[in-house]
Amino acid sequence: MNTSVSIAGVVLKNPVMTASGTFGSGMEYSEFADLNRLGGVVTKGVAVTPWEGNPTPRVAETTGGMLNAIGLQNPGLDVFLERDLPFLQKYDTTIVVNVCGHSEEEYVEAVARLADTPADLLEINISCPNVREGGIAFGTNASKICEITKAVKAVAKQPIIMKLSPNVTDITEMALAAQDGGADAVSLINTITGMKIDINRRTFALANKTGGLSGPAIKPVAVRMVWQVAQKVSIPIVGMGGIATAEDALEFLMAGATAVSVGTANFNNPGVTMEIVDGIEAYMRRNKIEDIRDIIGCVR
Amino acid sequence: MGRYVLATLMERTQLAEGIFSAVLRAEEIASAAKPGQFVCVYSDDGAHLLPRPISICNTDVKSGTVRLVYRVVGFGTEELSRKEVGAKIRVLGPIGTGYEKVSEGKDRPIRIVIGGGIGIPPMLLLARKWCEECYEVHAVMGYRNKDTFLIDELSGYAVCHIATDDGSVGTHGTVLDAIESEGLLADGRDGKTLLAACGPMPMLRGIARLAGERNIPAYVSLEERMACGVGACLGCITKTREVDGHSHVHNARICTEGPVFNVNELCLV
Repeated sequence: MNTSVSIAGVVLKNPVMTASGTFGSGMEYSEFADLNRLGGVVTKGVAVTPWEGNPTPRVAETTGGMLNAIGLQNPGLDVFLERDLPFLQKYDTTIVVNVCGHSEEEYVEAVARLADTPADLLEINISCPNVREGGIAFGTNASKICEITKAVKAVAKQPIIMKLSPNVTDITEMALAAQDGGADAVSLINTITGMKIDINRRTFALANKTGGLSGPAIKPVAVRMVWQVAQKVSIPIVGMGGIATAEDALEFLMAGATAVSVGTANFNNPGVTMEIVDGIEAYMRRNKIEDIRDIIGCVR
Repeated sequence: MGRYVLATLMERTQLAEGIFSAVLRAEEIASAAKPGQFVCVYSDDGAHLLPRPISICNTDVKSGTVRLVYRVVGFGTEELSRKEVGAKIRVLGPIGTGYEKVSEGKDRPIRIVIGGGIGIPPMLLLARKWCEECYEVHAVMGYRNKDTFLIDELSGYAVCHIATDDGSVGTHGTVLDAIESEGLLADGRDGKTLLAACGPMPMLRGIARLAGERNIPAYVSLEERMACGVGACLGCITKTREVDGHSHVHNARICTEGPVFNVNELCLV
């Protein structure tokens, strides 16, 4: 039985990865999940310099999901390269480094500095709804996406995954812009912009007022977008948005995702990724599927 | 790092209006728990994903149980308060860095544990530990009114001093008023005292001011909206005066570096 998939020549032992921002650098979950059994670990977004992030409250639960407005707090690339990346190197898993920046120059600098590191793939976060520059302002503009993709590709040594925002009229335009810019893959969806009011305090539940909605509540939107993008692009798709079970992951694969990322579900069960890996294998055995690639994009 | 376990609800009682006690059998958590740490309790309801952080009130290593005393504030705590004895509950714990981090003032012989409202429960395990270590322990507890809880248990480990908002029991006022009216820092005692506090932010700010004015070492337990409980999501940070060793910015994770902090590390006042 083959569960491995490949993204731009990088082989993942199975299609299950973690979603950036929900799994730290892997270290935080390493006692609950065997990182060696993951197709890949996608790290919390890192920028060239440390970012303080947003004020608290940064998270709020909503029915079937949650809102977050962390604001891409990160320790900066120096600490990441010295502490976090060496930790992940100890594991037999694909390392996907998520990169954020305030400007095109910052993305390019980060990608250039990651070029000769053990990172296997780079995911470029142009879609965070909680920061303006470098976040959603870039991710909702097709020509900007194409431009940034070209700029990072010019200096990158690893394949580039552009992470797309669902907060657009037509996500296929954004995916095509990334492909035109030379992206090796796209990942979708980032969170959907939302808001919660705290009726007891009569104010916003989040200090940032708005936040990104994640969790099972957004899964049907994400599956729809992955399917739409799969009909338009020829590069691989990493699907994410509300995956909490193997069945959820299989939906994304059938919609056209080559791999998936599990995010918010880790907060409900720190070992959930192991259950998803096991569940996909069990589904394949039950249905006599010899190769996971046979079901990728099977729904057209 | 906590353990993710299926605990069994052994006992459930209501202590006061909206305040419940739950005794959970979870051997690994009970034997590892230290004062000031907490657990994350998960809901059975698939629409409520985030665990509820609840402080550890007491432990019994022999029976492998952990006691939680909590206020019903929303779906998760309400669901917990309705569980039947014998119910299985997913729990992650013990989590965080508790009062084992006390370094400043660790030689001080007098310990005052201060709890405001639902900040009182974690003070029980702390008072117990400090009592067992032969410190002179005082517990100052602030309630809204005469609907009090945990006074009997705390009396076993500490000299108790009560403050109520409406004056129905003890000092009429705040825990700070009780510290003053009971003379807990008088006659040079302030130079021998260490403060530990958990409660609402205005109370913690008051403690921080008092500690600063009288030059008394003080540690406080913080709470914040949390998502992961393992230090990954960066949801539950508090601002710090210096650059934090893990985050490399002026934020410390309440679930990992905390929930207990020396007040001097924080930006409370």
